[in-house]
Amino acid sequence: MSIRVTSISKRFGDAVALDDVSLEVESGSLTALLGPSGGGKSTLLRIIAGLDRPDSGTVHIEGEDLTDAPARQRGVGFCFQHYAPFRHLTVRRNIAFGLEIRHRPKAEVKARVDELLELVGLAHLAERYPSQLSGGQRQRMALARALAIEPKVLLLDEPFGALDAQVRTQLRRWLRDLHDTLHVTTVLVTHDQEEAMEVADRLAIINQGRLEQVGTPADMYDHPANEFVMTFLGPATRLDGEWVRPHDLVVHRFEDGKPTTAAVEGTVSRVTHLGFEVKVDVELAKGDECWVQLSRGSALELGLEAGQRVWVARADASTPSRSPMLSA
Amino acid sequence: MTDVGATVGDLGLPGAPPAPAGSRPEQRRWHRRPPTGPHPALAAAGRMAARIGGPALAVTYLSLLVLLPLAALATNAFSGGWGAFWRAITQPEAVAALELTLGISAAVAAVNSVAGLAIAWVLVRDDFRGKTLVSAVIDLPFALPTIVAGLTLLALYGPNSPFHVDLAGTRLGIGVALAFVTLPFCVRSVQPVLAELDAETEEAASSLGASRRQVMGRVILPSLLPAVLAGAGLAFARAVGEYGSIVLISGNIPFKTEVASSWIFSLSQSDALPAASAVSVVLVTIALFVLIVIGWARRRFNVPETV
Amino acid sequence: MKRSRWRLPLRFAVLGYLALLVILPVSTVFYRAFQHGLGTAWDAITSTDALHALWLTFLVAAIAVPLNTVFGVGVSLILARHRFPGAWLLDALVDIPLAISPVVIGLALILVYGHTGWFGSWLNTHHITVIYAVPGIVMASAAVSLPYVVREVLPVLQEIGTEQEQAARTLGAGPFTVFRRITLPNIRRGLAYGVTLTTARVLGEFGAVAIVSGAVAGKTETLTLFIADSIDSLDTQSAYVGAVALCLAALIVLTLLTVTDRKRDDWHKEVA
Repeated sequence: MSIRVTSISKRFGDAVALDDVSLEVESGSLTALLGPSGGGKSTLLRIIAGLDRPDSGTVHIEGEDLTDAPARQRGVGFCFQHYAPFRHLTVRRNIAFGLEIRHRPKAEVKARVDELLELVGLAHLAERYPSQLSGGQRQRMALARALAIEPKVLLLDEPFGALDAQVRTQLRRWLRDLHDTLHVTTVLVTHDQEEAMEVADRLAIINQGRLEQVGTPADMYDHPANEFVMTFLGPATRLDGEWVRPHDLVVHRFEDGKPTTAAVEGTVSRVTHLGFEVKVDVELAKGDECWVQLSRGSALELGLEAGQRVWVARADASTPSRSPMLSA
Repeated sequence: MTDVGATVGDLGLPGAPPAPAGSRPEQRRWHRRPPTGPHPALAAAGRMAARIGGPALAVTYLSLLVLLPLAALATNAFSGGWGAFWRAITQPEAVAALELTLGISAAVAAVNSVAGLAIAWVLVRDDFRGKTLVSAVIDLPFALPTIVAGLTLLALYGPNSPFHVDLAGTRLGIGVALAFVTLPFCVRSVQPVLAELDAETEEAASSLGASRRQVMGRVILPSLLPAVLAGAGLAFARAVGEYGSIVLISGNIPFKTEVASSWIFSLSQSDALPAASAVSVVLVTIALFVLIVIGWARRRFNVPETV
Repeated sequence: MKRSRWRLPLRFAVLGYLALLVILPVSTVFYRAFQHGLGTAWDAITSTDALHALWLTFLVAAIAVPLNTVFGVGVSLILARHRFPGAWLLDALVDIPLAISPVVIGLALILVYGHTGWFGSWLNTHHITVIYAVPGIVMASAAVSLPYVVREVLPVLQEIGTEQEQAARTLGAGPFTVFRRITLPNIRRGLAYGVTLTTARVLGEFGAVAIVSGAVAGKTETLTLFIADSIDSLDTQSAYVGAVALCLAALIVLTLLTVTDRKRDDWHKEVA
């Protein structure tokens, strides 16, 4: 186990930041700490790094108990949301910093920095100052700087939060590729569930200081442990008091008869066409509302309109989720 | 039949313009003329006058007070030719005064750079009751007339000193006076830069393995260097020309505690104006030169702003 | 700086330096002034020479400060809103008095406006005395305090930009209205700070005024010169009392400075 935190609790004054959180991160994996803003994920990351101290609990990195060790003795690479560049140093000197303070020989430092500059694609900007770089370039510099000291683990605090959408998507892909090349144990904090699901091997969802669930993205999407995880990780709607994914629901015309015993009667209140998908809002008989996500084909075939009476049911093996005409 | 003209305006509502007869109600409600200003030609003339007159007036004021006098100074210094100029500035008393002034000013600038940095550090990073008061005290030398500063220092460190410390007629006394007067420059030039430093930068250095000393030496101090230099430059320029705070405590002993400004003053009193001008020119040139060098050094150590 | 073992020693070293350098000397002046009782102090400050000095100092400030304020705002507006060749030169020239000894400034003024100066004969023919008279003192005071308003107002003008003023113009406001309603309120704080600095400088000027005025007691002595003169004539009581008067003025100045300092909010950040 590369990182093991056990029963970590932390308060800031009266506010509980973390409440008895335990987590294990496998060597060489990329784990995302995911959750809403202010939920405690950054605090946990900083505690792992040694930048904050927990009120109780322990932190083990590669088997060693580092709970009381200061940040600089932990051998972690940390990347801040706003990059924390050394403004008075060039890109090259920034990356070299960790090696220079360890008094590595000049030739070794130069070789390693050149290697890293190539790796992150900043070789042509080596003599520039951080203020002359774009946001994405600064983030890559921050990564190179953290990697220079060959850290045991790499910790990234909302690394793409301050970038605009297009750069963010590019860098996400690039980070995943980098991880696949280097295999450094990485923990990433983000509030963007799409980003977490795209990049990470495993997700740990943290909400209001508590760890809600840990698992692979697919696992957690299909088998959420509780309501919070379900609603946080993807679209969700309620049928008969239970949460269900809108694309796991089917709609049948009222005249065709009740498809399953659990089906619920309702009236279509609105049909919205979103390109390939169609969103159907249904007002159910008991006064609740739900929405169903249909493919364009299914919607066309059903010929849904506002005011139409329908049956809404969960799709499973016994209920055809689409018309016999469209099935294989 | 309703009169079309009887509308909003007739209701007597404040601010509604009188309705021109025959116009539609909607038009009347929203049709407002811009506020009347001066006649266009007059306005144009006014603008022209401001365009040219403004700078001209400013330059005239500046000339009358500063530029012409300085030109007269330079002219007067050489009014007896280069020979007279050279004799005036190589006079033993002049040389002694200049050496003393430059030496003490440089020393004071150096000492106060360190003190200013320490004070700024405590003001920004430490927290205690009465910090605002301390901050206000820093500005006291700025607000206090120089002669009063000299008087207070004389009272405390002169012949009647309660500490029995007599600095009157000593170079140390001059140094203390100059330190007093230049302190605010050194503190206020560093303080805002220090306050702007990002805590994350220091955390980043820590996480990369830097010890506290390394963080100070490699991250914090280098970022502060331009500001410290700026403060030192201002302090030096001020110290070199200082008169009021020194005149009491120094005793103006020739070759011992007579600074350049005192020497210039006594020359002017004995009507040796060209000599006074000559020494003045040297003093001004050196002060300006140092300021330019410091400015260059600051630019050299300062990192470029965003492209 | 929470857990650093240097925190307390540094704090005390700093406070000690400030106490020795600033706080103690100023308290001593107050002590000495009232050492022999309020009555003696009052007599000293109400002597003819002292009263004249007070009056003259006030008069000089009342003329020099407004002059420099108008000049300062004007030059700031010019430099901030217009580009023209030589703008950088104007900026640098305004700062010159900061680099020059006040004694030199006084000397330079004599060389232009004195009897043998450049304008000497012209002034003589028109029976105008500048040097060794009040106008000279006013000019010297204005010259040394020239840069302060510009240095405080110009950055503010540059920082706030022209958008608000342009918006006002599209709404129909003429240049004076724009200045009065938009520009002036925005620069109020910086202007107040600059004017306060200017006043402090004018009140406290010694070197330039010493040369230019001839320091004739009762006629051309400002308060600062009065103090120096009193020390010379061994009238320490008057000197200290005069100093107290100026100290009180300085305290008012300090309070105004602290209150109007626009950078104040940045400086008092909480410790992390």
